[in-house]
Amino acid sequence: MIVLGFFLTAPMGIGYMEHKVLAHMQHRLGPMEAGGFHGWAQLVADGVKFIQKEDIIPKAADSWVFTLAPAVVMVPYIAIFAVIPFGRTLWAENLDIGIFYVLAITAISVIGILMAGWASANKFSLIGALRAAAQLIAYELPLILASVAVVMQAGTLSLVGISEAQHHYWYIFTQPVGFFIFIVASLAELTRPPFDMPIADSEIIFGAYTEYTGLKFAFFLLAEYGGIVAFSAIASVLFLGGYQGIPVIGHLIPGFFWMSGKVGALAFFIIWLRATYPRLREDQLQRFAWVALIPLALADIMVTGVVKVLVK
Amino acid sequence: MADWIVFWVIAPVSIASAVAMILAKNAVHSALLLIVNFFTLAVFFLILGSPFLFVVQIIVYAGAIMVLFLFVIMLLGVDERESLRERILGQRWLALLLGAGLVVEVALAVRVGVGFGHGGLPDFTRVNRGGNVQALARVLFNSYFFPFEVTSILLIVAAIGAMLHGRRRIGDEETIDAPIDERMDEPGPEPVPAAGPAEATP
Amino acid sequence: MSETYYQSYGIVVALLIGGVGLVAVAFGAARVVAPRRQLPEKLTTYECGIDPVGEGWSQSQIRYYIYAFLFVIFDVESVFLFPWATTFERLGMQAVVEMGIFVFILALGLLYAYRKKVLEWV
Repeated sequence: MIVLGFFLTAPMGIGYMEHKVLAHMQHRLGPMEAGGFHGWAQLVADGVKFIQKEDIIPKAADSWVFTLAPAVVMVPYIAIFAVIPFGRTLWAENLDIGIFYVLAITAISVIGILMAGWASANKFSLIGALRAAAQLIAYELPLILASVAVVMQAGTLSLVGISEAQHHYWYIFTQPVGFFIFIVASLAELTRPPFDMPIADSEIIFGAYTEYTGLKFAFFLLAEYGGIVAFSAIASVLFLGGYQGIPVIGHLIPGFFWMSGKVGALAFFIIWLRATYPRLREDQLQRFAWVALIPLALADIMVTGVVKVLVK
Repeated sequence: MADWIVFWVIAPVSIASAVAMILAKNAVHSALLLIVNFFTLAVFFLILGSPFLFVVQIIVYAGAIMVLFLFVIMLLGVDERESLRERILGQRWLALLLGAGLVVEVALAVRVGVGFGHGGLPDFTRVNRGGNVQALARVLFNSYFFPFEVTSILLIVAAIGAMLHGRRRIGDEETIDAPIDERMDEPGPEPVPAAGPAEATP
Repeated sequence: MSETYYQSYGIVVALLIGGVGLVAVAFGAARVVAPRRQLPEKLTTYECGIDPVGEGWSQSQIRYYIYAFLFVIFDVESVFLFPWATTFERLGMQAVVEMGIFVFILALGLLYAYRKKVLEWV
């Protein structure tokens, strides 16, 4: 229940953050009215509105697949939060195959996007879905390989174990290359700018989500913000020590706040990039993954392996 | 007990999804039902005490191979009328024969291998000490080191095969995808002169 | 079979059920609350605002297939990497060399693809 509640509130926080941060970066104010203080209730209002909106399933669409797709995209992100530790004892579950499980679950949302694009019976949606899937699978690999390097250093797959292993130093200092690869790949996995070819509005309207209205569309948005939280959380655990604080004053503040702070900072970074970089072209995007990131990640793994055995 | 409940909940789903997959007229529906089936298989692996295979089943079969299937189906564009026509003479009988052969083979393999079970499963806790993944790694990187390396060669051959396959088709179709110098070399049909209303390129 | 796996994965299953339940409840609520006035005009495919031309399911380029195939290959590789990553320290240099050969062979495949310009989009 706590996890579900968290999944419903945290993405809203990130969504609000996105509104405000983007607005201020572009010298606007962003939503100011709803709720009083700086429009904090804007997303609650949005949510209520989404539920009341008419739900249109186009006649040509494959209605079953069309309806199931948002669920298939969103549920995996909920399942991820089962294993993310937010404190030394604050986790829903400590699976011994933690990170492996997380990476497997993220792979499922690809199917959801393909379902959405195909079921819409719309050329641009299908193209958007194929682009999205091609991008997601291309960047899934760097994500996996960067995690492997961390697993090698920690010697365990469990996310709690990985956090514990970073008691003395965070892995961002020993795995800077891995961290870079992981963040770039996460951005692409989230199809966030500058990797938002699949929903390039100037060419293919809104990609796989074009035909969606009302609540089903809201679920895709929720999955996107939930995804930002999820990937920020995983990156925090893998590279920033999770709930471990900085050495001297670390124990003064509970682990939960450290973890939340790191997730918030990474989420801010992801939003910041949206305001900074233009969109990549499809060919640049694929080539960057296959020619740059994957060989780099493979080299990173081998170097980590050799160094670790030699040091021992 | 928990084994038993989970098995009897999941097994009907597994069989139903498999049957529905074969009966589905639409290729995409078939593929999606096959994904459901793969998930039930993953749960079976979990029941049998192998969380590693559970994840592998999801990450490789549901996450990668089915995405490849869906890709191919969606790339081709679904045409329901065409896919139901049999191309090879006696295809149906041949399929039935091979299917029956497979059933016999699996039955024999199980009989010779582990035997038709009496009683419960063997206890894996001793083998899996220190974690299922670690136990698997110990075996894989010691006793089965050579097959493991051969796997990489198998994978690379498959990859190169796929690349050549994809490449040649692009050449034959004379799409815009082929690099210009290659197109010049191939004695293909003369390019249609740009007379009359311009045709849309595919 | 020990029962510990059920303890571990019970919460995962509970979450999955909870997630599906959440979706179902939300869809149910929307069905009750949202207006439903279906006009033929409204039910046509939106596409880009203009009436759609031709079939919705069109053929696309084959090159996506190559990426998907390469992904499957490397995904299988990564599956081998995880058990290795947890234990290579105990097995020592031998395990590193073993994985080195494995990764090298697969990297050759990637290099081949690069040289053959399969990875080039144009």
